[in-house]
Amino acid sequence: MVAFAFRRLLQFIPTVLAISLIMFVLLNVLPGNAALMAAGAQDRGMDAKYVEQMLKRWDLDKPLYIRYLNFIENLARGNLGRSFLRGENVGALVLARLWPTLRLALAAMLIAVGLGIPLGFLSALRQGSWLDALSMIGAVSGVSVPQFWLGLLLMFFVSVRLELLPTSGYGEGGLAHLVLPALTLGAGYTALLARTTRAAVLEILKADYVRTAEAKGLPRLAINAKHVFRNALILVLTTAGLQFGSMIGQTVIVEKLFSWPGIGSLLVDTIFQRDIPVVQGCVLLIILIFLVVNLAVDLLYALIDPRIEY
Amino acid sequence: MNETLRHIRSCKNLLIGGIITLVIMGVAVLAPFLAPYDPINQADLLRSEEPPSYTFLFGTDIQGRDILSRVIYGARISLSIGLIAQCMNSLIGVLLGLTAGFLGRWWDDLIMGLTNVMLSIPALVLALAIMAVLGPGLFNVFLALGFTNWSFSCRITRSQVLAARSLDYVTAARAIGYGRVRIMLTQILPNIMGPILVVATLGVAYAILMEASLSFLGLGAQPPTPSWGGMLSTAREQLFTAPWISIFPGLAIFVTVLGLNLLGDGLRDVLDPHTTRRRR
Repeated sequence: MVAFAFRRLLQFIPTVLAISLIMFVLLNVLPGNAALMAAGAQDRGMDAKYVEQMLKRWDLDKPLYIRYLNFIENLARGNLGRSFLRGENVGALVLARLWPTLRLALAAMLIAVGLGIPLGFLSALRQGSWLDALSMIGAVSGVSVPQFWLGLLLMFFVSVRLELLPTSGYGEGGLAHLVLPALTLGAGYTALLARTTRAAVLEILKADYVRTAEAKGLPRLAINAKHVFRNALILVLTTAGLQFGSMIGQTVIVEKLFSWPGIGSLLVDTIFQRDIPVVQGCVLLIILIFLVVNLAVDLLYALIDPRIEY
Repeated sequence: MNETLRHIRSCKNLLIGGIITLVIMGVAVLAPFLAPYDPINQADLLRSEEPPSYTFLFGTDIQGRDILSRVIYGARISLSIGLIAQCMNSLIGVLLGLTAGFLGRWWDDLIMGLTNVMLSIPALVLALAIMAVLGPGLFNVFLALGFTNWSFSCRITRSQVLAARSLDYVTAARAIGYGRVRIMLTQILPNIMGPILVVATLGVAYAILMEASLSFLGLGAQPPTPSWGGMLSTAREQLFTAPWISIFPGLAIFVTVLGLNLLGDGLRDVLDPHTTRRRR
C-alpha cells in the first residue's frame, strides 16, 4: 500500500510538469501584448521606450524557454509571479479565493453523493418501476441541462418569487448563500452518480456471489447492504472522482452566475482584463485540485477494494 | 423478456432523440421562413421587455427584439458550432487513435501520454485558457472547442483498433499486400465507425453546452449575434423585471442537448449491445 502510494505520487510529478508546460506555452505564445495592454501602453500611444521598459519589467524580453524555466523555478518555491494589472502576488490572490471554491464544490459533492447514490441504488433494485423511470428521466435531464440556466431558474423561483434565499453573493459565509449555488453545481453531478450507481448495481445483482448469498438464505437486506452496495461503491467511486474534476471546472460558471468570490469568478474577470499571470495561477490551481482529488480517489480505491494488491 | 424491454427502450431513446435533433436542424435551416421578425434589426425600444403575447410569443428583450425570432436563429449558431467543433475533434482523435493503435511503440506511448494529460485538464478550464489568449469572439470559440475535446475519440478509436488489429480480416488484407495506410483507412476504420459515431454524437451535445457556457460568460458570440448562451448572459439583471428572457433560450439549449444525448445513448444501445451498461 505504501509502495503503491509512493509510486502514484511519483507519477504525479511528470503530469504536473506536462500540464504546466502546455499551459505556459499556451498562455505565453503572444509575445508581451497582454502585459502591454494591461500596463496601459496603448493609452500612452505605444511609446517605444515605455514598451521596452514594460517588457523588461515583466521579463518578457527573454526567450520563451528561459521564461518557462524561471516560471518552474518560481513555481517550485510556491511563487506564482505578480499580476500584470495590480502588481500583487498571484499566489496570495488565488489562495484567498480557494476556500469559497472548495466549500462550493464540497457542498455540491455532498448533495450529489447523498442524493445520487441512494437514488441510483433504489432505481436498480426496483428496476422498471415508476421510481426507476422517474429518476432515469431526471438523470438524462440533469446531464443535459445548462447549469447557468438551471441556476437562473432556481434564482427566479426560490429567491425572486418565494423570497426564501438570497439571489447571489457570498454573504457572511453562512449557509443561506451556499444553498442555490451548491444545488446548481450539484445537479448534473447527482444525475451522473445516479446513472453510474444504477448501472453498477444492475451489473452486480447478476454476479455469482450474490446468487451464492441468496442460496445461503441470507436476508435480502443483508445481501443488498453487504454484498451489492459495497461492491457497487467501488465502481461508483471511480466515476465520482473523475467527475469531481469536471465539476471543479464547472464552478467557473456557477461562481460567475451567483457572484461567488471563488477561483472561477477570478479567472473569468482576469480573462477579460488579460491579466495572464493571474489566469495562469487560477488555471493551475484548478487543475491541481483536480489532480489531488484523483490521487486521493486512487488511494481510497486501493484501500476499500481488498482484491487490489499493489 | 428483459432483453426485449431493453431493446424497445433503446429504440425509444433513438427515436425521441432523433426526432428532436431533426426538428432543431429543420428550425436552423428554415430560420428565415420560420422567424416572425428580424432577429437583429428589429430593435424597438418602445416595445422593450414585453411579456409573452400573441404578437411576441416568447416576449421581447431589453432592446425590444422578438425573443422567439432570436431563439430560432440561435439554433444556427449552436448547431454549427457543435457540428464543426466535434468534426475537428473527431478528425484529430480518430487520426491519432488510429495511428497509435495500429503503429504502436513510441508513437502509441506519446499519444496516450498526451491524451492522459488532456483528460486531466477540465475541458472548460482549457477552453477558457485558450479564450484568454485569443480573446472573445465566435471564431475563437471554434478553435477553443475544436482542439480540446478529442481525447475521448482518440481513446475509443485506439481501443477499437487494438481489438481489430489481430482479427482475420486484417491479417488477410496484409497477406494480399495492402499497405499500412490502406489497411487503416479501408479495412479497420469502416469496421469501427459505430463507437466513433456514438462518441461524436455525445460530443456535439457537449460542444453546444460549452459554446453556450462561453457565450454566457461573455466570451463567445458577441452581441447582437443571437446566440442562446449570449442571450442569457445579461438575463440575471432582468430576472426581476422580465424573467421570460431567462426561460426560452435556456429551454432551447436544454432540449437540443437532451435530444443529442438521447440520440447518442440510443445509438450506443443499438450499435453496441454488449457495452450498453458498462460505460457511464
